[in-house]
Amino acid sequence: MADIILDVSDLNIEFHDHDKPETVVFDFDLTLEKGEIVGIVGESGSGKSMSALAIAGLLKRHALTKTGRIMFDGHDLLTCDRDTLRSYQGDEIAIIFQEPMTSLNPVKKIGWQVEECLRIHHKDMSKQERKEKAVNMLDSVGIHEPEKVYNMYPHELSGGMRQRVMIAAAMIADPQILIADEPTTALDVTVQEQIVELLRKLNREKQTSIIFISHDLSLVSRLCQRVLVMNKGYVVETGKTEDVFKRPREEYTKRLIAAIPKIDI
Amino acid sequence: MKYIIKKILMMILTLVVVSFCVFLAFSLIPGDPATRKLGTEATPELIMQYREKMGLNDPLLVRYFRWLISFIKGDMGTSYSYSVPVSSMLMNKLPITLTLGIMSFVMMIVISIPLGIYTAKHENGYIDKVIVVINQIIMAVPPFFSGILLTFLFGMIFKLFTPGGFVSYTQDMGAFLKYLILPAISIALPKAAMSTKLLRGSVIAEAEKDYTRTAYSRGNSTTEVLYRHVLKNAMIPVITFMGMALADMIAGSIVIEQVFSIPGISRILLTSISNRDYPVVEAIIMGIAILVIVTNLLVDIIYRIIDPRIETME
Repeated sequence: MADIILDVSDLNIEFHDHDKPETVVFDFDLTLEKGEIVGIVGESGSGKSMSALAIAGLLKRHALTKTGRIMFDGHDLLTCDRDTLRSYQGDEIAIIFQEPMTSLNPVKKIGWQVEECLRIHHKDMSKQERKEKAVNMLDSVGIHEPEKVYNMYPHELSGGMRQRVMIAAAMIADPQILIADEPTTALDVTVQEQIVELLRKLNREKQTSIIFISHDLSLVSRLCQRVLVMNKGYVVETGKTEDVFKRPREEYTKRLIAAIPKIDI
Repeated sequence: MKYIIKKILMMILTLVVVSFCVFLAFSLIPGDPATRKLGTEATPELIMQYREKMGLNDPLLVRYFRWLISFIKGDMGTSYSYSVPVSSMLMNKLPITLTLGIMSFVMMIVISIPLGIYTAKHENGYIDKVIVVINQIIMAVPPFFSGILLTFLFGMIFKLFTPGGFVSYTQDMGAFLKYLILPAISIALPKAAMSTKLLRGSVIAEAEKDYTRTAYSRGNSTTEVLYRHVLKNAMIPVITFMGMALADMIAGSIVIEQVFSIPGISRILLTSISNRDYPVVEAIIMGIAILVIVTNLLVDIIYRIIDPRIETME
């Protein structure tokens, strides 16, 4: 077996903000190997984003309980202290979100936001080095005139460009894991393709492992080596993408696959 | 640059309209500067003579433009009741009112910004709950009433100052400022309470937005997210409020100066209104109007510095 860098086992997430506790993720298991792209698919409310946020350490501590283990680098991210968790966030585990329009701070320059992980985790780096790295990163996510964009604000960019900026900011510290939580859902189809291609390129070049969350099965089938199918908080099926899509064992997976729109000409 | 010119033109237009309204108001309300000056015993001939001399018999528009032209030249005219130049009347009172206004403004900022941030950060904590209640009470108390309370408490009970006493800034700067502290507090308190409430709400609302989640995902601590990301966004509505509050506080100081017997602009304004002393009233109103407009201009400029989205909206 290759290098396992992330090992999630028995993850349960339970909400308490209503009268009755409500479990949204049941016994979630996931192992991630170095350089691998794993997809998590499922409809809205299936618990896929919740699992992703838990791995990224972004579920607030109030109003919910989490049990299980998220092992990374010898630490359990669910129980370790906050400083340890923070030292991984942005540096080793990065995340991009569904909403590129609102995920960037509207009053801060693009460059400042792209550099942030370096400012937090690599304090010894000089301002000059940081800027150089940020401009290179913007260039490698396919932004033209990165020097110019470096000094721009989010509202001056389109949704696709902002998602590229988010990716640049997430990837700048060379994280081991990139969690992409429906990164293309809010974008139009041609831009979706470009973003997926970009993720594939970064994965190849930097050997970053990617957890790709989407309800778009066709995207997942083209990008991911392995896939988890989730429904109502449970992982109902898991395996190599090819196997799952060609020979689905579960009724739910079959129905999901049947729901992919096909273009008949 | 084009924006600044536009703003300045708007400012001049506003001043012309404001000054004309003051003139119009005085011609509509009963009362005559000549009878005020000469007394009710004066003969009609004497009053006629005085009115002629002061140009009061000319039509409204003629009087207005005469005043406007000399005002533009920098001459604010002569007081009807005291027969001295308006500028010399206001010159030594203006620093008192301005100091009071600025002191209360600074107090509002110094109180509300730390308190707003603290209560937002510790939302629903013990101290937050107490401050929310105190805020609510303070907002409901008008400055003149808190002024009376403060005078009673610190002047009559703790005997920290003499109620009704005053030391001019020309004699002793330190004692002068000391006498202004309580009046400034009573002006600042309700505004500080509102501003605290506004900032608290604004920080809490901003903290719910998506970009804070991004900030956390990069390894920022709660404090870092607050100061590096949230605060600048949260300040945008607060700055608008503070700009309006500044103008309001200068106007509010007129009442407070009466409560604490401070010989600032307010006393002159009140006597001049009852004496129908147009030149003095006009000068003071123009001063307040200029202040309000300049404050708005500053708020606009600060806005542009904080929020990069504004420029492209034009």
